[in-house]
Amino acid sequence: MIDRRLIENFDWGLFALVLLLCVVGVVTLYSAVAAGEKNPDTGLVVKQAIWCGIGFMVMMAMICFDYKELDRWANLIYVAGVFLLICVLVYGKVAGGSQRWLVLGPISIQPSELTKLTIIVMLSSYYSKMVKSEGFSVRELIQPLIYTAIPFFLIVRQPDLGTAMIVLLIAASITVFVKIEKGSLIVISGFSALAGLILWFFLKDYQKLRIKTFLNPDLDPLGAGYHIIQSKIAIGSGMLTGKGFLEGSQNILSFLPEQHTDFIFSVFAEEWGFIGSLLLIGVFMVIIIRGLNIAYKCKDSFGVILSVGVTAMIFWQIFINIGMVMGLMPVVGVTLPFISYGGSSLITMMVCVGILLNVGMRRFIID
Amino acid sequence: MHKYLKNTDTEWYKQRVVSVVCIVIAAFAVLGLRLFYLQVLEGEKYRSSSDNQKIRKHSIEPQRGVIFDRNGLPLVNNRPSFNLSITLKDAKPVKNTIKKLSDYLNLAYDNIINIIESNKDLAYNPIILKKDIGRKMLAVVETHKFDLPGVAIDVQSRRNYIFGDCGAHFLGYLGEINNTELHSGDYPDCRPGDHVGKIGIEKEYDRFLRGERGGRLVEVNVKGQIMRNLQVVEAQPGDNVFLTIDHRTQARGMELMSGLSGAAVVIDALNGHILAMVSTPSFNPNSFIGGISNREWNELLLNPNRPMENKAIRGQYPPASTYKIVTAIAGLEEGVIDKDTTFYCPGFLRYGDRAFRCWKRTGHGSVDLKAALAESCDVFFYHVGMRIGVDKLADYAKICGLGSPTGIRMGREESGVIPTERWKRLRFGTPWHKGETLPVAIGQGYNLTTPIQMAVLVATVANGGRMFEPVILKKIETASHKIRPLPDDLKQKEIRKFPFKKENLEIVKSGLWEVINGPSGTARRARIEGLDVYGKTGTAQVVGRKTGEKDSDKELPDHFKPHAWFVAWAENEGKKIACSVIVEHGESGSGSAAPIARELLKCYLKR
Repeated sequence: MIDRRLIENFDWGLFALVLLLCVVGVVTLYSAVAAGEKNPDTGLVVKQAIWCGIGFMVMMAMICFDYKELDRWANLIYVAGVFLLICVLVYGKVAGGSQRWLVLGPISIQPSELTKLTIIVMLSSYYSKMVKSEGFSVRELIQPLIYTAIPFFLIVRQPDLGTAMIVLLIAASITVFVKIEKGSLIVISGFSALAGLILWFFLKDYQKLRIKTFLNPDLDPLGAGYHIIQSKIAIGSGMLTGKGFLEGSQNILSFLPEQHTDFIFSVFAEEWGFIGSLLLIGVFMVIIIRGLNIAYKCKDSFGVILSVGVTAMIFWQIFINIGMVMGLMPVVGVTLPFISYGGSSLITMMVCVGILLNVGMRRFIID
Repeated sequence: MHKYLKNTDTEWYKQRVVSVVCIVIAAFAVLGLRLFYLQVLEGEKYRSSSDNQKIRKHSIEPQRGVIFDRNGLPLVNNRPSFNLSITLKDAKPVKNTIKKLSDYLNLAYDNIINIIESNKDLAYNPIILKKDIGRKMLAVVETHKFDLPGVAIDVQSRRNYIFGDCGAHFLGYLGEINNTELHSGDYPDCRPGDHVGKIGIEKEYDRFLRGERGGRLVEVNVKGQIMRNLQVVEAQPGDNVFLTIDHRTQARGMELMSGLSGAAVVIDALNGHILAMVSTPSFNPNSFIGGISNREWNELLLNPNRPMENKAIRGQYPPASTYKIVTAIAGLEEGVIDKDTTFYCPGFLRYGDRAFRCWKRTGHGSVDLKAALAESCDVFFYHVGMRIGVDKLADYAKICGLGSPTGIRMGREESGVIPTERWKRLRFGTPWHKGETLPVAIGQGYNLTTPIQMAVLVATVANGGRMFEPVILKKIETASHKIRPLPDDLKQKEIRKFPFKKENLEIVKSGLWEVINGPSGTARRARIEGLDVYGKTGTAQVVGRKTGEKDSDKELPDHFKPHAWFVAWAENEGKKIACSVIVEHGESGSGSAAPIARELLKCYLKR
């Protein structure tokens, strides 16, 4: 029934590493919420473990069909994604000054997470049909620009600067991967710079402040720069071998902001030190390279571009999150894949891995 | 439908994927290097800032030592004082809680709001609403505890002067340490804001009473709330100080002298222990705790009767007739008189062109030393003084301990004045007139003495010539009741032995006995049933008695009335207790000072 090659080509390594990261995530989350508490509220940990279970089921679901189906349904998937984003702006729950959540009965989902995927599918579908070695011209890029711009602005409206930036980075990565004509590249670069300048005026004050304090954290050490400084102290004080599990004082004494979501890496680095953190980063890198390996071995355009896109998405989240907690980047609210608390983020990542596994195992099946 | 890749196309993709891999590896290298920088290169620095920001040092204040009287009765201790505070973060809903608080405690709502408004930044720390609330308020708050979220009562130790103004001058009071004290090196562990003894025992024995500050390293979270104690060094309570003071006698003295301005010193003649040291009017040291109000302070300073002055050691008065004890000793020792020498007193002595009057205008007739002491004849002592000369007389006065501090360790003590020819030359630049020796001989010239000097003098005469340094410190005990050995500078020393002939002292003593017990003694009022009492009255002129001026009987204004002196001792069952009393503007020693001395001696000896 099942093609033997499907099993043979299943990337067990990638699967195992993701499983490992999920475990690390749950354990670190436990530390983030429980360390130093007499009666820890482990509800979040249980929730996250359940999300992991759901995530694996979703991942399995994602390998049950041929990924080429995604190409066929790309338009519909994209429209559904945009529709959800519009729903968020209309019906979404407001929390912490932004409107990012859709409440569906007992669970809340963050459609912007899923939107990242729908854009990848849409762009892969578009580019795969017209890829050529000399690259794309400006005129050919207008369509993908629109595909990207619509969800981008919807997400900026929420506002969710982190996700919007990821969307932009993913789209840019895919586009650069499929190659842009030399002349067009110059035009686009100039245009992007101009767009960036305009975007600056659309940013909310707290977002501007974050970027400014990123450039100079000492500008406001008790305010916006505080998070970066505390996070750096947490990471740095882990030193070579770390303070030990549940011993991270920065975490225990609540000096870390958002310790279970955006700053979970700081919790980990404080406890496990340079050795542990370097291992974690190593695991992330192997996952990215595995993803690119799948693209490398894939035999059809859609598959290659899709897996590159998905891998780019995982990569940017890792790079931006870790970069931001280490003070290399502004604090933009991007979660760390597989580790940060949050169902939507985890499920999206599992879908990504599912797609990668799917592409990897079907590379010999050509209809 | 799909555009399948040709081999060349696949190669094209593969190339591009390989470039992506290179970029990815470079990106991770950046993260790894940054990690290396933060955790390995700069790790030490970040570790110490993480330690620093979570660890705070909280000090634990030591209990100050208790001051006891000679019988172990506490005179000064510490009592718990309750401060009412509110922590806004926990007091939600704040308005509601404050409303209830003001209802329960009858505090004005607006007042509370004002205090909170001025401490707005303390959301996580308690704001003190009222210091030292009474037991009643405490009970009310405790009862409604669950109705008043965020409201707390914290206990602080507060100095308690149990008997208020009784003994305030030697006990002293506490005040916030000032800059001079901080930099003097006498207060090594003190910090700005600490309270230290300002005068009296509290100051002199501060280093024993103070105790040692303890400390506690605590780990705090980002809100400054204490998460756990890391290390605790308990505070060492201060030593307890036992005084030689007998509280009953002291309290009796305060009672007897209430309403008067003056001083009284009661001393054990056999060892120099101060049993009572009264100075009136007094002040209440309790009002200095937590800062005295400006109004109260000004009242104390502007009071013409100088309540802040310890008159027993700082009040300087002409010794008047009490000085005749010195003149008598000097006369006998110098051989200008013996016990049978008589002089005739017509009520005055003419010397040069002046007539020096005796207090008794009609004169004492022919008197010997005993009678002269008993009746306090001035003329007799004019003769003695004239024959000795002022400088010789001063030598005797100095041997008797006058003109220099007695050495009681209780803060600044005045020396008094014993005039000599040299002294006058230095002081006024004029030579000594022979006639000036006469008033000096009856203690009325330039002489000034303090009550404690006079008490020590009579105590020495009483015990036959051993002059003890007066002490007020009996012993110092640690909080665990071990005797603390006194450092050398606090040990009592016997100052000196009078180099006088025993029989001469006996002659003077018999004269002093006669003062109380003789048929014409000036202080018959000081007799105590069943006790042997010796004494000498003194009436110190505030304005000069001029020759020839009519001794008008018209009332002098109060502040021109003479000071009343009485020095005495009493013996009973081997005990010898001496005392000196001065009542400012008390008019006559026998009238106002002697009865006080009598009561004091009786109070201590007749139990």
